[in-house]
Amino acid sequence: MSVKIEYHKFDVVVVGAGGAGLNAAQVASQYCKTAVISEVYPTRSHTISAQGGISAALGNLEEDHWHWHMYDTVKGSDYLCDQDAAEYMTKQAPEMIIALEHIGLPFSRTPEGKIAQRPFGGHTAEFGKRAVKRACYAADRTGHAMLQTLYEKSVAQGTHFYSEFYALELLVNDGAVNGVLCFDIQNGELHIFNAKAVVFATGGNCRIFQTNSNAHINTGDGLALAMRKGFSWSDAEFFQFHPTGIYGAGNLITEGVRGEGGILLNAQGERFMERYAPTIKDLAPRDIVSRSMTKEVLEGRGVGQFKDHTLLKIDHIGAANIMEKLPGIHELALVFAGVDCTKEPIPVNPTAHYQNGGIPTGYLSQVIKGNMEKEEFVPGFFAAGECASASVHGANRLGTNSLLDLVVFGRTAGEQAAKYAMANSIVSLKDDAGSEGLANLQKYANANGKYTFGEIWGELTRTMQTKMGVFRTEKLMKECYSTLLELEAKMDDYRVNDKSSVYNLDLIEALELNNMILVAKACTQAAILRKESRGGHFRDDYPDRDDVNFLKHTEVYLEEDCKTPRVDYRKVRLQPLTVETFPPKARVY
Amino acid sequence: MTTVTFEIFRYDPDKDKEPYYQTYKVELRRPGYLMLDALNQIKWEQDPTLTYRRSCREGVCGSDGLNVNGVNMLSCMTKVEDLGADHIVVQPLPGMNVMRDLVVDVDDFFNKFIAVKPYLIRKSPNPDKEIYQSPEDRKKLDGLYECILCGCCSSSCPSFWADKKYLGPNAALRAWRYIVDSRDEGAEERLPILNDKHGVWRCHTIYNCVEACPKELNPTEAIMNIRKMLLDQQV
Ligand SMILES: Cc1cc2nc3c(=O)[nH]c(=O)nc-3n(C[C@H](O)[C@H](O)[C@H](O)COP(=O)(O)OP(=O)(O)OC[C@H]3O[C@@H](n4cnc5c(N)ncnc54)[C@H](O)[C@@H]3O)c2cc1C
Ligand code: SF4
Ligand code: SF4
Ligand code: FES
Repeated sequence: MSVKIEYHKFDVVVVGAGGAGLNAAQVASQYCKTAVISEVYPTRSHTISAQGGISAALGNLEEDHWHWHMYDTVKGSDYLCDQDAAEYMTKQAPEMIIALEHIGLPFSRTPEGKIAQRPFGGHTAEFGKRAVKRACYAADRTGHAMLQTLYEKSVAQGTHFYSEFYALELLVNDGAVNGVLCFDIQNGELHIFNAKAVVFATGGNCRIFQTNSNAHINTGDGLALAMRKGFSWSDAEFFQFHPTGIYGAGNLITEGVRGEGGILLNAQGERFMERYAPTIKDLAPRDIVSRSMTKEVLEGRGVGQFKDHTLLKIDHIGAANIMEKLPGIHELALVFAGVDCTKEPIPVNPTAHYQNGGIPTGYLSQVIKGNMEKEEFVPGFFAAGECASASVHGANRLGTNSLLDLVVFGRTAGEQAAKYAMANSIVSLKDDAGSEGLANLQKYANANGKYTFGEIWGELTRTMQTKMGVFRTEKLMKECYSTLLELEAKMDDYRVNDKSSVYNLDLIEALELNNMILVAKACTQAAILRKESRGGHFRDDYPDRDDVNFLKHTEVYLEEDCKTPRVDYRKVRLQPLTVETFPPKARVY
Repeated sequence: MTTVTFEIFRYDPDKDKEPYYQTYKVELRRPGYLMLDALNQIKWEQDPTLTYRRSCREGVCGSDGLNVNGVNMLSCMTKVEDLGADHIVVQPLPGMNVMRDLVVDVDDFFNKFIAVKPYLIRKSPNPDKEIYQSPEDRKKLDGLYECILCGCCSSSCPSFWADKKYLGPNAALRAWRYIVDSRDEGAEERLPILNDKHGVWRCHTIYNCVEACPKELNPTEAIMNIRKMLLDQQV
């Protein structure tokens, strides 16, 4: 069958238009011809939803230091992050925030007119002594303010946008990444972008869980595309379950609520976090708070008809304060919980929120391919943001460190990709470039079998929720994996009802579902093999951290069949760039 | 369980000569069931060909502006029960070209937004630190920067329908967001664009846009402020 494909040539192609992708693009555009590909209009990327803030040791309200921030990041990660990347990110943070302010980001302000800062979970002064005000914010719409500002800056910078383009295949020739195959959602046409450097910034994948805080489009496409080409997903088993999802809906209530004085209560009206984290209480890192809440429920102290959740109380800080600093939360609580939070507490439960791992990179955002014995950078391939793993989050990300990760590693990816593009000539396309992505597209476009999106996605997310959630065991995870295999088989008997060439969302959902199943299998397999508890990965059957056997990154590759996960490992970079290593210690708060 | 009838605008240019309406029954499965839940119920359980945009599902990305029983709104933030009707007519945003079903062409809308130079323009050199801005000056951006680019306003505006080149309420709101920013020095570059015959003078202050805005913003006020600034500058 002959298919019409339109070809484009760029120096740099960025896939993804969230905070990471746009910052990479606006920087790369200053040096060379850069395109951004996004399955939604840029301002509709998930970064728009980020609420509470972005961390940086600016010290605008009290003394702070990047080294303290680095310590918190390393400890928060349960010592699985790469300490060179943690140093790089926290050291660049203050200057990065200033750069964002200079291009217009409307930060909230202190009385003197400086950028305002609030406390956030796990961020402390003097290496754990007390909570510190480190999160810079624009009310509770920080991601919104950031994403729109970066979009506007990219527009001013002349970035070429391809919106509502869906990436189908990462193109590789002789070990070098040289482009992407895309599908124009608006008219069904195919495009191949041949580029000197490709930056992946495709965001996260928490749509594989039933209760999640993520947008519809967070389906892990970037991971699936990279894995199918022989690259790995680092630390796949680590997800972040954010403590305060709205009960029943999963939508997020920012940790900024607790930063502003909100507290968690059980059925007895007890502020239970005082028991689990005596020093920083409700502002303990997310993995710890989520587990504590789940424990309260399991021990019979949950609230509501089914005693299955807890309460987040904020009314005591006063309605005026809430409306000024947390207006978006007030609206979300009204719509999704039917609660006026200036008067009553919000019912909350942990919600799948963030993918801690990702495509592995060095601290300069170059994608790494490797194992315990050796590793190398992949020519022409860079990654940043939630889809990547530098790694600054390790086993558990601190709140506000994601937005920072996006902009710091986004900028670095943009700079490095531009530099690479200017120093190297374009690698030509293979004769059959795009054939795999095309075959997969045609498989689903012509799928006339039995199963449709609703039923398979429903079962996928319910299974992941109950068997790969806050508490895990070998037995549950193995059950999970066999269900995933059944679902995968069903994808061969799938039906796409919609045959239109125009905005065929039924077809896009099929492609995303296919990716979600692959991604779910990969992380479940990684979780089964990590026989310890660390950060967001907690096992009832191995409740302790095991640094002797597991202080290493998981790397999930695919076998030759492009379906079966093969779990390998890679060394953690414990050596920072200039300071001393923070050696692993017990994690108490 | 309450069941509600949805009558939805359908059009697939690949096979339909004319648009038509298709009827579906939707179960309201819990209190506070949202319009987006209803559309998803149809798509995932009854008719996978129904096509609409959605992303964040919490009223911040601006993907899912729709016209429901004659009023523009976001499907993800609208409770079906609040519509107070058991027969619900869903149409794409008016005044924009329909691509398919409930999906409209928004390129023109975004291009107009870009036309007003929606970014900080500075002539003075930047300080090493942040550019200081007092809380009072920062407050002037409230009610302006929260725009989610959903298009509900421009799509409800009779002037936007009548004059294809009219910038529309959204672009004016964004221009004003930058003009009033104490850090910005680009008013001179933006005002001539707004002063054009397809600029702010096209507005007939009918306030449709204000009513349509799901974020309760006030583009008309921004337009009035821009006009006042233009008039003041003439003298
Ligand atoms: C409700 C909520 C609140 C949050 N609050 C905070 C906070 O206060 N502070 C903080 O630090 N972090 C926060 N986070 C986390 C943070 O927002 C995200 O981790 C971050 O925005 C991810 O950004 P990104 O640039 O990596 O990707 P995204 O913003 O998710 O963008 C991904 C991009 O990739 C594109 N894409 C994906 N697949 C394809 C494909 N196949 N083809 C083409 N394009 C594709 C999409 O179109 C999109 O443009 C929050 C998250 C949520 C859910
Ligand atoms: S007030 Fe002006 S901009 Fe708003 S709808 Fe009316 S004519 Fe349009
Ligand atoms: S002003 Fe309101 S209606 Fe118009 S695009 Fe912005 S948020 Fe939407
Ligand atoms: S889906 Fe994002 S605003 Fe409704």
